[in-house]
Amino acid sequence: MSEPSQPFGDTITSQDLLEDLAFFDTWEERYKYIIDLGKQLPSMPEELKTEERLVRGCQSQVWLEPVFDGQNLRFWVDSDAFIVKGLLAVVMSAYNHQSPGAIQSFDIEHFFGQIDLLKHLSPTRGNGLRAVVKRIQSLADTYA
Amino acid sequence: MNTSTTASAPTTPFDVERIREDFPILKRQIDAQPLVYLDNGATTQKPQSVLDAIEHYYQHYNSNVHRGAHCLSDEATHAFEQAREKVRAFLNARHAHEIIWTKGTTESINLVAASFGKAEVQAGDNVVISAMEHHSNIVPWQMLCEQAGAELRIAPVNAKGELVFDGYSALLDSRTRLVAMAHVSNALGTINPVKKIVEAAQAVGAKVLLDGAQAVSHWPTDVQALDCDFYVFSSHKLFGPTGVGILYGKEALLNTMPPYQFGGEMIEHVSFKRTLFNQLPYKFEAGTPNIAGAIGLGAAIDYLSTLESTAVMAHEAELIKYAHERAIAFDGLTIVGEAEQKTSVLSFLIDGTHPHDVGTLLDQMGVAVRTGHHCAMPIMEQFGIPGTVRASFSFYNTLDEVDALFTGLEKVRSMLL
Ligand SMILES: Cc1ncc(COP(=O)(O)O)c(C=O)c1O
Repeated sequence: MSEPSQPFGDTITSQDLLEDLAFFDTWEERYKYIIDLGKQLPSMPEELKTEERLVRGCQSQVWLEPVFDGQNLRFWVDSDAFIVKGLLAVVMSAYNHQSPGAIQSFDIEHFFGQIDLLKHLSPTRGNGLRAVVKRIQSLADTYA
Repeated sequence: MNTSTTASAPTTPFDVERIREDFPILKRQIDAQPLVYLDNGATTQKPQSVLDAIEHYYQHYNSNVHRGAHCLSDEATHAFEQAREKVRAFLNARHAHEIIWTKGTTESINLVAASFGKAEVQAGDNVVISAMEHHSNIVPWQMLCEQAGAELRIAPVNAKGELVFDGYSALLDSRTRLVAMAHVSNALGTINPVKKIVEAAQAVGAKVLLDGAQAVSHWPTDVQALDCDFYVFSSHKLFGPTGVGILYGKEALLNTMPPYQFGGEMIEHVSFKRTLFNQLPYKFEAGTPNIAGAIGLGAAIDYLSTLESTAVMAHEAELIKYAHERAIAFDGLTIVGEAEQKTSVLSFLIDGTHPHDVGTLLDQMGVAVRTGHHCAMPIMEQFGIPGTVRASFSFYNTLDEVDALFTGLEKVRSMLL
């Protein structure tokens, strides 16, 4: 299995995203930006998109595969919907390539609040994002 | 706006702007833009008169029905039974006691599966549904057949989203106990040939349940003319409140069926040795019913009776025709469900986009549509798609709103592609 490699959480941090998003005034700009983030997230190899890696979301499919190197957690992550994929990139900026302890102590609710995407992360949207966050948090608990 | 609509028979003028005044929610703004509500297949909005009827009940005569020896209980019982009579008239059923209150289409179907199904469906029998059913009209039969050792047979649907009638009739035989089919498909908008479906089933001695959830808000329904054995629908898709549904059943059949749930209201006499069940319709209505909900549905039916049904139908036909014209002219749009007989649903995909993305961006523009599999995963699987974007119309929608949808879709396309 190839190693997951992506800029989010590495060269693009959660702080970078917050700074970029602060520039935008309209929803169109914000969504364009989110969609572009999704395009920078490498696609997960097709053979990894299996039933077991599927995070159940009602409307779009989300796959997650963690890799723990003894120090940090890294992720393959993908979705069949552009906006969801962009939002996954946002989540990755906070969680990818981080130690379990860093993941545990990151205040994701505060982060989401700052980028004004709570609406899309609400469980009622059924897009699987909350489930991804929960899954990563519990992985962090396991490896901590 | 001028659209190239039919030059067919002149219709009674239908003043949609006037009608919209009756629905307070239609004045809502979403992010400072007018709400364009095109999710009527999921649930319809409620006219002020329905809201008033519910409030009036709670403010003036709230009490339990069929029990208290007091004025309020008499008034509540009267209003509750009057609502049943309104539903009877709405469906043109023979008797008010053929109308059973449930909490929705789903419960109505479950009631038939648990009562009629358990009593009548034995090992070796079969139940016939179609490939385009809502999960509510699949899973109860699947469970019943599993438990009974019966076979669930699926009538085929063609690429246009139409029932393959010969394929359906070929499934019927002397062991077919029940045919359960949608009057209108929620995912595709297909209108099924229900009269012919009923006749074919009756020819082999099978009973028929029609799922009218998506049909009742679009044209008058006549269960006697259809001659179906059961007809089910939800109040909330007929401009009434949530939490109320209807099971219509033919009297003789309902009388032979065992109760569904047990408790108060549904009994005539209880001792620790033996319990006598109540008459129809109470036999199937255990516990305190949704009184306010029933009264609300009655008010919705009253409201509909103030509208000219031919004018309503003509307006809806114009909406769906215009929506299809715009859809066909829209680059990269594929309509999902192109049945010859189709009602107020436009299900579609846009090349290179996911329905969820389309729905999310439309929402930013105040346009409410449904995206996903529409609780009809088997038909989505047959078409090899994860789901669709579905715009579903009601008589209070306007041609301008159809335009708003397509203006929105143009923007969506420019953002996603
Ligand atoms: C065709 C059809 N059947 C059944 C149902 C279930 O209705 P309810 O959820 O009101 O029970 C629906 C609702 O979406 C429907 O469209």
